[in-house]
Amino acid sequence: MCGIAGIIHTGGTGDIGSELTRMLQSMKHRGPDSSGFALYGPTSDMLVMRIKLADPNDARDFGWADRMERHRNEIESRLAKLGAVIDAVHGDQEYSYRVRFSYNGELKPLADYVEDVPGCEVLSLGHSLEIVKDLSDAASVAERYQLNGFTGTHAIGHVRMATESDVDISGAHPYWAYPFADIAVVHNGQLTNYHMWRRRLERLGHRFQSACDSEIIAVYLAQKMADGLTLETAMKQSLDELDGVFTYLVVTADALGMAKDEMAAKPLVLYESDDLVALASEEVAIRAVIGREIDTHDPYEREVLVWHR
Amino acid sequence: MKISYDARGLAEPEAQAPRVATIEEHTAADGGTVLRATFDAAGLSTRQINLELRRLVYDEGITDVTIRNPGAKHSIAVGILARCAITIDGSLGYFGCGLIDGPEIRIRGRVGWSVAENMMSGVIVIDKNAGSLAGAALRGGDLVIRRDVGARTGIDQKGGTILVGGDAGMMTGFMLQRGRQIICGNVGGGLGDSMYDGAIYVGGKVASLGVDCVEAELTRSDDEFLDRKLGIYEMKRPAAFRKFVCGRKLWNYDNLEPAERKLVL
Repeated sequence: MCGIAGIIHTGGTGDIGSELTRMLQSMKHRGPDSSGFALYGPTSDMLVMRIKLADPNDARDFGWADRMERHRNEIESRLAKLGAVIDAVHGDQEYSYRVRFSYNGELKPLADYVEDVPGCEVLSLGHSLEIVKDLSDAASVAERYQLNGFTGTHAIGHVRMATESDVDISGAHPYWAYPFADIAVVHNGQLTNYHMWRRRLERLGHRFQSACDSEIIAVYLAQKMADGLTLETAMKQSLDELDGVFTYLVVTADALGMAKDEMAAKPLVLYESDDLVALASEEVAIRAVIGREIDTHDPYEREVLVWHR
Repeated sequence: MKISYDARGLAEPEAQAPRVATIEEHTAADGGTVLRATFDAAGLSTRQINLELRRLVYDEGITDVTIRNPGAKHSIAVGILARCAITIDGSLGYFGCGLIDGPEIRIRGRVGWSVAENMMSGVIVIDKNAGSLAGAALRGGDLVIRRDVGARTGIDQKGGTILVGGDAGMMTGFMLQRGRQIICGNVGGGLGDSMYDGAIYVGGKVASLGVDCVEAELTRSDDEFLDRKLGIYEMKRPAAFRKFVCGRKLWNYDNLEPAERKLVL
């Protein structure tokens, strides 16, 4: 089933960490397997990288903690080798890691070099995007990663009921559009031409970490934008080029967009006001951040909408 | 061992009616007194809200209940089998007012997917929008949505009437078996796809017709029906209605007509 949610403050900033937590937690019944957040904080010249060193499901032997430590050091030395100057490092869990650094080169060689460390996966990389995803419900993940009080402009999130692939962090949403900075996607649905698009994108040199169909959407859109299309045009093309049933949300450094397939098979409820737009699979999620009675509606089939911060 | 906790937070096997409603006496139109109950659903779970509603309607015999702050919760006012008036002062989530037989329900907000599923009789009036699958498998009664509805309105409808003041999404009247739909605004693609019987009246534009759905002549009795139904709910009648019915090409699968079958399917 899965639940998706998005929020954008079009006229300022808000506590998107706790807002999105409340939205996702109210949809826990749609997917209790894992929860994920893509949050956009203040933009800076520095890059923020969120990394998974291992999966929480992995069997932990005696050398596990040492190995995590070793891999963390290895990542830091690899970043330094490529000319990145590390500003701050932080780990909420033994297997998760956040590093902020300044770096002027290409992102793909950097991310590839980090992912070459055994077990590592780069969850997000960008000037303001940070992706946090882990097993269990949204409130537990938010507490584990201290997301309450995360101030920013826009965010999307996902609660997952695994149907097509494993219950692990690699299979959790949101997906970062590796290696394109600051682009992420959450998706509710199934893509039936996933393998075809995965092979096409792999031929262009893209890497995929999971067997989850949603992983291709972010890269698909980012590649189109890198080829010169606007976000909106890329999303409109996806309605014809992606098969299956889907409602997805996409975020870039300054925009949040939604697209619904031609069967309108997956739900989405939309609330728009002058300074805030909130979308979710269920209205109860929107009501988790807006207490009063509000006007909402369901976008129709083949609708593509984009809001800018 | 008794299970009292569900990890997904869905089951509340030990929930009790919270008994929070205030009950007041009112003078009815005929001079007698009626009891009206009101309760605030803000702090209550879905199960508690429904238990309280059932207590008021079934145990206390109250025929006029108002639920405040429903907060777009799912599965509210489901399976009420009694003549009563229920006012929901806000929006509902999914599966609202399903499986009911008898109540007259007024919803002052919006509803999510699958409102009035399998309603047997009664009236539901929704002041704002509705999600997809409104009135799925409706058996009887009137379902009124004053603004827009999502996709597949009245899928597998078997009776009753669905009235929509605004636009309707795609596949409206999909597999309609009996009953009528009145859509005052525009409808999406695939209108009346695979419908068996019944009638769909559309006041606006039709994006496309579904398989085996054809336009029929709007008769005087149709006109009277539309006037009467729209009049009851004080809905504005569009300039002109078009009527759509089943083309009856899918009623029989005849081995002697493979070419036609191919054409239809």
